[in-house]
Amino acid sequence: MKTRYSFGGDEHIFVEVDEEMSLDAFFKSLSMTNAVRDSNIRGVTEICPANASFQIKFDPDEIHPNDMLAELKKLEGAAENAEKRMTTRIIEIPVYYNDPWTHETLMRFRERHQDPNGTDLEYAASINGFDTIEQFIEAHHSNPWFVSMVGFVSGLPFLYQLVERDRQLQVPKYLRPRTDTPKLTVGYGGCFSCIYSVRGAGGYQMFGITPMPIFDPEQKITYLKDFMVFFKPGDIVKWRPIDRAEYDSIVAQVEAGTYEPKIVDVEFDLDAFNKDIDGTNAKLKEALNVG
Amino acid sequence: MSVKVIKPGLLTTVQDLGRPGYFHLGIPIGGAMDRLALRAGNMLVGNDEGAAALEAVFMGPELAFDSDALVAVTGADMPAFVDGQERPGWTSFEVKAGQTLSFGFLKSGARVYIAISGGIDTPPALGSRSTYAIGALGGVDGRAIAEGDSLPLGKGGAGKAGATVAPDLRQGPGSPAELRILPGLYWHRITEEAQKNFFADEWAVAPEADRMGYRFRNGRPLEFVDREQPFGAGSDPSNIVDGCYPYGSVQVPGGTEPIVLHRDAVSGGGYFMIGTVISADMDLIGQLQPHVPVKFVEVDMEAALDARHARAATIDGIRAALT
Repeated sequence: MKTRYSFGGDEHIFVEVDEEMSLDAFFKSLSMTNAVRDSNIRGVTEICPANASFQIKFDPDEIHPNDMLAELKKLEGAAENAEKRMTTRIIEIPVYYNDPWTHETLMRFRERHQDPNGTDLEYAASINGFDTIEQFIEAHHSNPWFVSMVGFVSGLPFLYQLVERDRQLQVPKYLRPRTDTPKLTVGYGGCFSCIYSVRGAGGYQMFGITPMPIFDPEQKITYLKDFMVFFKPGDIVKWRPIDRAEYDSIVAQVEAGTYEPKIVDVEFDLDAFNKDIDGTNAKLKEALNVG
Repeated sequence: MSVKVIKPGLLTTVQDLGRPGYFHLGIPIGGAMDRLALRAGNMLVGNDEGAAALEAVFMGPELAFDSDALVAVTGADMPAFVDGQERPGWTSFEVKAGQTLSFGFLKSGARVYIAISGGIDTPPALGSRSTYAIGALGGVDGRAIAEGDSLPLGKGGAGKAGATVAPDLRQGPGSPAELRILPGLYWHRITEEAQKNFFADEWAVAPEADRMGYRFRNGRPLEFVDREQPFGAGSDPSNIVDGCYPYGSVQVPGGTEPIVLHRDAVSGGGYFMIGTVISADMDLIGQLQPHVPVKFVEVDMEAALDARHARAATIDGIRAALT
């Protein structure tokens, strides 16, 4: 990992912890953003962590950009040695894979896709070496995922699967972005899954849809009353495949104000995870079943 | 006290100076595209500089007033009329209860700011009245104004009709518009020749130009430096592992058409960026119409900061003259 600093105009510093994605890069980025918050550097106005990078927005009338850069570089050594452990939560997210709404949308934008004759799931399964889309869907939901970034629009989470690199699923984005994506689509681009928090443009492949809203500007949904955005970096997600009947049932529960997502507090230790990936994942999934 | 929307215009939104502090969740700062014009409008009618006003793009709305108010129209050059009588831009004027404010055709620029004494008093969301339509936040129910809306007004202040901003302080883009850029971010991903071409070429604003970002075309495509794509980035040479986007950053998907992110920016994504428009020139972008010619001009950090101070001095000049 080689950390690279660059000015984004006169109001931002962009810090690329690593060119490639890894949990080590994410943890170092998160440690540095936490250190920036704790050190109360004057002039900082926004602290934005991302997958393997982060960005600080500052007021150059308060602090010269060169001084801000020097302050950030001072924090790098300590962040490298910080404990890669966090108390977080695992959330079970129901997913209706291969649903009719994303299917209708992907057919509408077929000419923007690498494989105009198939579906996004068929294409993703094939280029990742799976014989059937069922096998691919299983590889998508059988291990937990880590929220490594929240952004793009309105609380959209980027998720990275908690498996070794050779088990990572990789899918390119659409050749040209769509102008429409159904709200709550479970998408995929590069090595990241995402949930589209709102309806709109998008370039990620579409695999399914969740009935569980994750952004509510009116804050009427029971579990979004305290804050309109559901996810934060460091959250762990376990997808759970559901059918149409359960999808409809959860939609009705959300509307009735009776739906509560399944959430359990857990510890995540990167060193322990790297030593025993399957064992750590088994414990995470068990926590969800016990909780 | 309220203003009734008879015709909304093309896309007219309530905007103030935005909602900082939520970009890490994908909720952008938003607010007026042309901050100087918003501040000046508010000063002209005796409001706080950050009061909410209407931002109308390309076409003005038609508004009926149910009480006396002081109004100023700043930003783009678009004639304003009170019951059919023309009023000058960048100058405060009275609108009496029962009168109607309307607009003629846009002459230059792209966005007018309609500041009304007391400010638009729609409910704030996350600390701002700015309309962010993608997230359904602020404005009128999270959307642009529509026919039949009644826009509540706050209590008016101490402004007087006839106050005006001197012409040399009304700063809009020239032709070609010059946008100063500090190279950086993933600038090293394109060849030296591409770096030279980017600043040498004359670009034009593309039709895809809105509050999220402005797209440009007509320049030569950018050649990439060869590399093996990093894990997780995606296969196109313009892809990166999804990261944060600065306001004003210039991304070039596929190396063809640069997009400058503006006030309603997406907070991140998977396209490389070659630099960032300096803060002093962000307002100018808000006044660019599609098809106008644009030159990107390379600057260093000291020049960017000098330009920032010059911009602040202009606003100080307006403030000194009006308050």
